[in-house]
Amino acid sequence: MEKIFGRSKGLTDVPFSFCPGCTHGTIMRLIAEVMEELDIIEDTIGISPVGCAGFSQNFFSCDFIGAAHGRAQAVGIGVKRSLPDRIVFTYQGDGDIAAIGTQHAIHAAARGEKITSIMVNNAIFGMTGGQMAPTTLEGMKTTTSPYGKDVSTTGYPIDLPRLIANLEGAVYVAAVSVDSPKNINQAKKAIKKAFQVQMAGLGFAFVSVLSTCPTNWGISPVDSLQWLRENMMPVYQMGELKVTEEVKSL
Amino acid sequence: MEKVKILSQYCKSCNLCVDICPKKILAIGDKSNQKGYFTVVCTDQEKCISCALCATVCPDVAIEVYK
Repeated sequence: MEKIFGRSKGLTDVPFSFCPGCTHGTIMRLIAEVMEELDIIEDTIGISPVGCAGFSQNFFSCDFIGAAHGRAQAVGIGVKRSLPDRIVFTYQGDGDIAAIGTQHAIHAAARGEKITSIMVNNAIFGMTGGQMAPTTLEGMKTTTSPYGKDVSTTGYPIDLPRLIANLEGAVYVAAVSVDSPKNINQAKKAIKKAFQVQMAGLGFAFVSVLSTCPTNWGISPVDSLQWLRENMMPVYQMGELKVTEEVKSL
Repeated sequence: MEKVKILSQYCKSCNLCVDICPKKILAIGDKSNQKGYFTVVCTDQEKCISCALCATVCPDVAIEVYK
């Protein structure tokens, strides 16, 4: 019998340290498989931020640098500019890239820096205990919004991919989800495209992936997927938000 | 030979594969791994159609599929 599915070479043997059912692992698997398919594992330098995504250096078999909170893109841009032949990607949560790191996300896109950024959006600060993030949905209960998020005092959820798609330097922007096998396969295609864009040196590539946080949402992993579909997908614009002509012809 | 192989050291018994399996042949077993999770088992390898949906949704990459 032939093996049709197994662990990618892009992953190490270390078991993920995420909570049961957390889709961080699914997204990491997709990135690892894309690196293996494009044969770039040895040329890739990943940048991990702070938060649950900060564990990523233990799980990917490519090189990794740990950055300060929100600064993954700043470090990644430095690496890419000094080593332009390497593939640089950042793997950041929404609490990192859409809160403390927003300025780097915006300016990396505005300057068209040739890196790939993956954002994992679970609408909450996961590692620190489920606090409200800029991506938290209206009325959503978190440890710092126990009566539900009040948008009149704490603002509406930030749809970062939509924001970045408006900037000239961003050439590929996609918002995908990993809630079902079909969407997981679409997410993989988007991530692959984002890496191909960088390999072709076209500009800034950004993929936002909707993810679950069963522990801090307080629901089971299976119900979390349903919650994501019903509550997050209508709020955040999904699909390929920006694909330039050059990217289309890749 | 096994069509679906659970790498029990990675399994966290999150139930996502049990829920998605179209043949309903995956279940949470009664043996725990070193982390204390009761890992998933395949109750009937004969019925497996190697669709790999379980492996696709597994967030811990704990499933190998053979065809």
